Amino acid sequence: MLERLDLRPTDVTRSELEDLLYNEAYLLDEWRMEDWLALWAEDAEYVVPTNDNPHADPENDLMYINHDYRLLKGLVVRLMSVHAHREYPWSKTRHFVSNVRVLGEDAAGVVHGDAAFQVWRFRNKDRDCYVGRYEVKVRRDGPDLKLVGKWITLDPWTLAPYGAVSIVL
Amino acid sequence: MDLADLIVEREEEGYFAYHRSALTSDAIHRAEIERIFNRSWLYVGHESEVPERGDFARRTVGKRPLFFVRSRSDGEVKVFANSCTHRGATICRRDRGNAKTFQCFYHAWTFDSDGALIGVPDEECFGPMFDKSKFGLVEVPRMESYRGLIFVSFDREIEDLVDYLAGARAYIDSMMDAAEVAAAFSANGNGGGAASDSWSGPLAVLRGTHEYGIKANWKLLVENSFDGYHLGPTHATYFQFLKDQNVDVSPSTGTMKLLGNGHAVIEYSGSWGRPIARWAEQFGEASRSQLEALRERIIGELGDTGYRMAELNRNLFIYPNLFVMDNNATALRVIQPTAADYMDVAQYELAPPTEDPTVRKVRLESYVTFAGPGGLATPDDVEALESCQQGAASGVEWSLLSRGYFSEEPPMSGELQMRTFWRRWQEQLLAGELVAS
Repeated sequence: MLERLDLRPTDVTRSELEDLLYNEAYLLDEWRMEDWLALWAEDAEYVVPTNDNPHADPENDLMYINHDYRLLKGLVVRLMSVHAHREYPWSKTRHFVSNVRVLGEDAAGVVHGDAAFQVWRFRNKDRDCYVGRYEVKVRRDGPDLKLVGKWITLDPWTLAPYGAVSIVL
Repeated sequence: MDLADLIVEREEEGYFAYHRSALTSDAIHRAEIERIFNRSWLYVGHESEVPERGDFARRTVGKRPLFFVRSRSDGEVKVFANSCTHRGATICRRDRGNAKTFQCFYHAWTFDSDGALIGVPDEECFGPMFDKSKFGLVEVPRMESYRGLIFVSFDREIEDLVDYLAGARAYIDSMMDAAEVAAAFSANGNGGGAASDSWSGPLAVLRGTHEYGIKANWKLLVENSFDGYHLGPTHATYFQFLKDQNVDVSPSTGTMKLLGNGHAVIEYSGSWGRPIARWAEQFGEASRSQLEALRERIIGELGDTGYRMAELNRNLFIYPNLFVMDNNATALRVIQPTAADYMDVAQYELAPPTEDPTVRKVRLESYVTFAGPGGLATPDDVEALESCQQGAASGVEWSLLSRGYFSEEPPMSGELQMRTFWRRWQEQLLAGELVAS
């Protein structure tokens, strides 16, 4: 869980966080995966717990995804390959982000926020809609915000009928 | 089409094919539920999921809603139909938890953890003949637990589970024996296996279930789950990822053994490591001496079998719908047909309750990146199966399973295990027909 009680006020505004998340959504929907990877800090944590265990302990529990920067790079290589059969030809996706909140800054200077999301995925006859909540961690990096963490909880009770999480949420 | 004609085999030619209506026909789907899923032993859950008295978990097995409970009176697991004996509402309405009693929300009938009906509001209105003891929750006709794995059968006359498991039993035993050695080994340092007053064992199901659906016939996932032939082409991006991590990806070699009653196993070498117990670079130098000592201990205690358990990987198929995947991690894959063209899949990871954190991290990452629906490989299996299902509507009628027909030593990349599965499948469908007529 990223949610923390010991946060102090931050000068990062909601607009700044929204800009980052909207830009991320745009890059993902355009399949600009290398540009998307560039949004991330090198201590990245991209985590999707299972539907039945949203408050998981990634060190001990089975997750859907628990990627560090190395694995995110691997995922980008995969998704840009013509051999990623689930995603080649690419699906058409639309990431919607709303209910964005900035929660505060922790002792390490990492800013915590959260948002609601819907990600639609269309491919052949598939019409998948992933719905849930992002808990995000960002850090100032010069004029920009870098993504440090995304903890993605899914609202449906199982992953059926999507079959997989083959895109970036 | 007649069930007897769904498989065509010509021995002299080495030809074996099944008719694709077996993947698309609603009538065949209904027959499978009646004649296969109602007459086999089916995996329900693991003892470690309900370690304490009153613990319960909910499942759908062979299209039937069930739940299993560890009894508060004797600590044994019981499996009930998830339906009130009054008007049928489901009693257990959460996936898991702990309860003193189970109350139907509809009219508040209340059952204890042994299924006995202990509360009926306005009981006297059911008349003087009403006998609460006759309206307890209905247990499944047969339930047996083998080394932590809980199976049920809806066929009261079925042979005992240990007989049904046939040659698969020895593989379960060997895997669990090796895990026992590992639990005792780690107990020297930190306490070892999980235990409650009612259950103890070397492997427990981890929190977090991989539950997903595939828009394809369930038999396609059976084929896929012990198919050594598809790995290179289907999972090219996964092997690329491993290469990029400097993991040795020399192809696995291995064999396939038929284990009777439709069960089979592929057993193969792997350049990657195994948490129990084969060290490889991804575990890091710090874990090396510990994993190598564990490996020595397993081989010392279990001999040649121990060597196989530590060194080799296995996909063990227990007919009709369970795989024990024992490779870079140990997992259970349970396949539930819900329609001719749709299945639900649930995957559980088994691990020692206490484990070196680095070993645990590698175990989890190996499983998630390969076998998980959010990983770098399984989404492409899902795509392959859905693609086969779509292709089955094309008018091309037959699917070929001839590979390795003339091999003397069945290779892991052959299709004899699939042919054997399909033959057992057909035999059960036909036997059902005879009984019905």
